[in-house]
Amino acid sequence: MIRQSWWKILSVVMLVYTAIAGFLGEVPAKPILNETIRNLYFHVAMWFSMMVLFTVSVYYSIKYLRTNNHVYDIYALEYAKGGIAFGTLGFLTGMIWARWTWGAFWSSDPKQLGAAIALLIYFAYLVLRNSMTDMDKRARIGAVYNIFAFAMLMPTIWIIPRLVESLHPGGMGNPALDTHDIDSRMRLVFWPGAVPGWTLLGVWITTLRIRLQLLAEKRMAQ
Amino acid sequence: MWPKINLIGSTRHILTLFKKDLLLEIRQQYTFYGVLLYVASTIFVLYMSMGEPEGAVWKGLFWMMQLFICVNAVAKSFLQEGRGRLLYFYTIAGPRDFILSKLLFNALLMLLMSLVSMALFVLMLGNPMPNPLAFVMISCLGGISLSLVFTFLAAIAARAQQSAALMAILGFPLVIPQLLLLGKISTIAFETVLQGGLMEMNLLLGGLDVLIVALALILFPFLWKD
Repeated sequence: MIRQSWWKILSVVMLVYTAIAGFLGEVPAKPILNETIRNLYFHVAMWFSMMVLFTVSVYYSIKYLRTNNHVYDIYALEYAKGGIAFGTLGFLTGMIWARWTWGAFWSSDPKQLGAAIALLIYFAYLVLRNSMTDMDKRARIGAVYNIFAFAMLMPTIWIIPRLVESLHPGGMGNPALDTHDIDSRMRLVFWPGAVPGWTLLGVWITTLRIRLQLLAEKRMAQ
Repeated sequence: MWPKINLIGSTRHILTLFKKDLLLEIRQQYTFYGVLLYVASTIFVLYMSMGEPEGAVWKGLFWMMQLFICVNAVAKSFLQEGRGRLLYFYTIAGPRDFILSKLLFNALLMLLMSLVSMALFVLMLGNPMPNPLAFVMISCLGGISLSLVFTFLAAIAARAQQSAALMAILGFPLVIPQLLLLGKISTIAFETVLQGGLMEMNLLLGGLDVLIVALALILFPFLWKD
């Protein structure tokens, strides 16, 4: 499935659709938000993509611990790196958005804190891996930390924003978006276009990197 | 994969390992007094530079102190065990018994340290709380919560043959949610008028602790084997 091209073409089509409909389509006129509501197609969708990539990374970490197959470790690492890339993009787009709606790039909002924590945790994962030279040990301890960190991160991201006040759309409830803010025209871009489009792009980038790593391993073995 | 759980046998193993840690501590008298001195001197330095701060600052300083005390107190628990000794424990007790005994010992150690640092804080930095008794409970809960996370991270750092510095790098982002929760819960002791939702946060913290213990039990056997 990885080498098939239909889903890569689909991803490009979806992202072109997202870009065109996202910038030219009609959006509801909301006070304060105004045209920045279009950031939903980029910022929020990138967070979705990051969550998917991190989840897949943990899935492969569990698989590694069960089978001790080195290939799964490469999968877990590259999916985590893909997630970090999309997390950073989501972070930056969120900060640009915050500048024009809240008035500052950084205002220590719980959502921003949660995002920063998530990135710090995954940077720590990379540091931990690089601190070991033995390949088996690196893979095993990395997998253990990946699972532990993911399990600790989920309550942070999904529960704490519900407990403290936030300026972020969705406010006290849903951590990602307020369903009252968007209408059916936006949903038609967001769900069929932006979310699967960015996620597929993330998976595509990651699978390319995985194939590169596997090739490098093969050359090392020769 | 899932060994049959022998409840009586593993309780005995856990207690024996726990007793061994306690005995070592009593004989060597290193961790407890070492950390005690660390606590006392750090609080003294804080006092010299801050005097008697107001409530919010007091609370923030207290939890930051707890964080650093925890790293120092817990770091030793795995780093002191040499490779050969770990192998020996592996043959006489299961990994789950081993991690449980460590969790227990460190929770007790942090409990003591929390009480000591709370007493020193009140003595030196003054008492801004209208309800100090509630804060005793909260600091005990906080100390135990922090010790659980850092015990598991100490195990990871020890397996990676790294120092306590790696533990701090791995741990600080992970404990931010707990520290945020603890800071919120602490308002119980600092305010006379309370907002709602604080009980839920207590439950959430307890739930996180259960989650950490469960994760440690599941993941530690993988960490252990070579």
